[in-house]
Amino acid sequence: MAYDRSRPPAIGILMDLGDIRNWVFLVIAVVMLAGSIVVVTTRNVVHAALMLVATLGGAAAIFILLGAEFVAATVVLVYIGAVVVLFLFGVMITRAPLGGQGALDHSRKWPAALTAIATFAVLAGSTVAFFGDAEIGSGDPVLTSEIGSSIFNRFVIPFEVVSFVLLAALIGGIVLARRDPEA
Amino acid sequence: MVNGISLMLAEEGHGAFSDGGLLAEGAWLIVVVPFVATLAITLFGKRLPWKGAELALGAVGFALVYGGALLLTSWFGDGIVHEGSVKIGEFGGFEIEWGWVVDGLSSMMFFVVGLVSTACFVYAVGYMKGEVRWTAFFASFTLFAGAMLMLVSAANLIQLLIGWELVGVSSYLLIGHYWEEEENSSAAIKAFIVNKIADVGLVIGIIIAAITVGTFTISEILAKVIESDSELDDVATIVALLLFVGAMGKSAQFPFHVWLPDAMAGPTPVSALMHAATMVTAGVYLVARMFPLFHEMAPGVLDFVLIIGTITLVGAGLLAIVQDDIKRVLAYSTLSQLGYMTAALGAGAYTAGLFHLFTHAFFKSLLFLGAGSVIHAVHSNNMSDMGGLRKHMPKTFWTFIVGSLALAGIAPLAGFFSKDEILASFNEAGRPVVLLLGLVTAFITALYMSRAVFLTFFGEYKGHGSPHESPAIMTLPMQVLAGFAVVAGLVNIPGITSTFYEWVSTRAATGFLGEHATSFDVPVLLLGLLAGLAGIALGYRLYYPDAATQQERDRLYVRGLWPVLENKYYIDDLYMEGVVNPIKGPIARFIDWTNSYIIDYVVNLVGMLTRGLGKLVYGGLDQRGIDLAINEVSAGADFLGGKLRYIQTGKIQHYATWLFLGAVALVIGFWIKVT
Amino acid sequence: MTLSQFLVLSAGLFSIGVYGVLIRRNAVLILLSVEVMLAAVNINLVAFGQYLENTGRFAEGTAASGQVFALFVITVAAAEVGIGLAIVLLIFRNRSSVNVDELDALKW
Repeated sequence: MAYDRSRPPAIGILMDLGDIRNWVFLVIAVVMLAGSIVVVTTRNVVHAALMLVATLGGAAAIFILLGAEFVAATVVLVYIGAVVVLFLFGVMITRAPLGGQGALDHSRKWPAALTAIATFAVLAGSTVAFFGDAEIGSGDPVLTSEIGSSIFNRFVIPFEVVSFVLLAALIGGIVLARRDPEA
Repeated sequence: MVNGISLMLAEEGHGAFSDGGLLAEGAWLIVVVPFVATLAITLFGKRLPWKGAELALGAVGFALVYGGALLLTSWFGDGIVHEGSVKIGEFGGFEIEWGWVVDGLSSMMFFVVGLVSTACFVYAVGYMKGEVRWTAFFASFTLFAGAMLMLVSAANLIQLLIGWELVGVSSYLLIGHYWEEEENSSAAIKAFIVNKIADVGLVIGIIIAAITVGTFTISEILAKVIESDSELDDVATIVALLLFVGAMGKSAQFPFHVWLPDAMAGPTPVSALMHAATMVTAGVYLVARMFPLFHEMAPGVLDFVLIIGTITLVGAGLLAIVQDDIKRVLAYSTLSQLGYMTAALGAGAYTAGLFHLFTHAFFKSLLFLGAGSVIHAVHSNNMSDMGGLRKHMPKTFWTFIVGSLALAGIAPLAGFFSKDEILASFNEAGRPVVLLLGLVTAFITALYMSRAVFLTFFGEYKGHGSPHESPAIMTLPMQVLAGFAVVAGLVNIPGITSTFYEWVSTRAATGFLGEHATSFDVPVLLLGLLAGLAGIALGYRLYYPDAATQQERDRLYVRGLWPVLENKYYIDDLYMEGVVNPIKGPIARFIDWTNSYIIDYVVNLVGMLTRGLGKLVYGGLDQRGIDLAINEVSAGADFLGGKLRYIQTGKIQHYATWLFLGAVALVIGFWIKVT
Repeated sequence: MTLSQFLVLSAGLFSIGVYGVLIRRNAVLILLSVEVMLAAVNINLVAFGQYLENTGRFAEGTAASGQVFALFVITVAAAEVGIGLAIVLLIFRNRSSVNVDELDALKW
């Protein structure tokens, strides 16, 4: 949507609290934000991985709210089912400190915090200024068959490229992680 | 004395030319075949009986036959002008096409590239016998020739740029062929980086031109030139200047000439091809292709072209006198001859510049192949290890003599006609100083070539072992090229034949393409010939009588000048000390308090640079002045680099912080611009 | 529901991810933070797809396109985790540590 200069930024009216879906959204958002803050601050690596599950579960719920049910299912399957398990393996193999030590973080935090706050300010500020209170629309679910035909018609070449990337990553992962035969 | 046929042709449109029929429509094969051959050699070259060399030979042989057929059809027909294209894609309003131009200019280049490549490839089969990485060598060699053909056939600037860069990549591979020695791989890197710096100019020039005109297609840009399009006129000077900067890199014009002598590190057939038909001629070709733009809209840039060409032709010619490495003599000679071509284009003599490119391709590749044959026999590049090879290698000797005489501009060999036409064009353009320098360089050319010939082939043999003639597979290409070096000049004798002029002026309606001399400029002709003969006479006087024993430096040694020449005017040192070392030097440690520091250092740096400038002016332009300038520039750069290195901590999260902050700054900047 | 609410949520998640990437020393935790950032990007893609579809100014199937891109991002993220953890493993094997601030060989 083009930027409408005449419309004032609508920071206070991000959502209409009379709509039950917005309450659902708020709950999910709070869970996600809290979860992700724990991910980046906790001193226990396993807790971080579990809180990532919470955050990604929240993302799946947001997708359902947006009518993207297939994406939601994929997130649950791929991320929560596979990626997080992979992370837990990584944590165990590398014997990352499982709790207690402060060595997980850098000692000086304010430059990172400043950068993160500046990023948020710019992203959120420009979003609100440019889109204001534009309605997102009905939120009708997109049928999985639509996604399928989109992938295999319009996006078939990117799809092939992505599958090639996955293959390369698979081979690369094996090659990198394999121990040398004599070692 | 001159007439402007091409203006007439332009007004008639190109209806006067045929479209070349099927032959021209299929000309894309010339480009595609070498690339396919490169791929085939890479994939399964090693399994073939000649390990891939036959595919390479087939590809360039095909280019030669096809280019020759086009040139002959054009010559005996009405002249072919054809432009074919295939649309590849589109982004924004720009269509990206792969196109091929078949006209007199590109046909001439197809033929030259095809002939010289074929000669060099055949020669390489003999020369590279038993050398390492044979198949890889032929793969990159074929890519090299194919990239040049792509550049020459390009109908649009994007394709030209792709060919241009592929030439750069493959030359990098070839120069660094013997990468086991660090010197060779650094020569390859040097060639690549120097070219890349100049390419920045080319890329920016292409982008400006394309955005102004709305297309990358060369003929449409030149059509705008004829229409005197005012938008193009506004940017024409900067576009022409930037394009020429690119050309200066590839054609090794001062101050980008430093890579070419070092590029000798590659195998000799590579040097022969690189110096004669591909790579270094690309810049001259680019200027010639865009010549109407330079001539109609950017005459100031043309003067700049003339000045750069003149500096290169004199400066490099002088350097050739003091070299001991026979290939370096030839390398500096190439620089000097490229200076002639560039200066001729700068003087507005389109035909003369291209004509010298044409003749020079034959005798310079011949000379390089001869030098390679000698090096092959004595296992040394140094002329102090040679001598007396006349008796041992008669075929090499005779062909080398032909090449040398042609280069020295002795009638009636090819170089005589082309050099004379260039000198006459300087006279025609009313540039007496350039004419004088051109004549002086003609003298120098003859001097260093006779020096090379006498030191190499006369007197007593000073090397080890017993040298022997090279096999027929190496001498045959030299004899063929020698034949061309004798007759190539005959296609453009003022007042008698104008074939070459017709070739290069057979182009789509592009406006003024220079003038064609219709009669000899007799005084210039005689002076040029005299300069050549005098050079040979001086060379004979200095180097012949006791070529076997003499310490050559004692013979012709000018105090003050010689050390400068032997150090190549200190230009390499300047680049090394002033630019490369401070930058390559480790750059490092992060500082949170960058703010106050940077402000301080900028103030200090400005102070230092001002002081350096003051000293430079104060010291004048003598030796001491140059030394001081070098010191100050490098000290300033060292200082700046020393401080800037603290930004590079090696810690990725510091980099990531800057990355995100940079993105934030960009968004804020964009936001301010929008609102 | 407004578009902005999703985008602001996504911006928040992204910034938290940025903070994690910058603050963590442990390479595995950095990869976790990257996952948070990618989740934020996915929300953006799906939300924009839905929004643009419903503005009616684009062809049918824009929402599906947004989701397809989110799927691609998930796929690539999976590949990235696989490779990333393999690299972390290799580093751990060679240095017995996965602290990124000890990996500063690429400096002067």
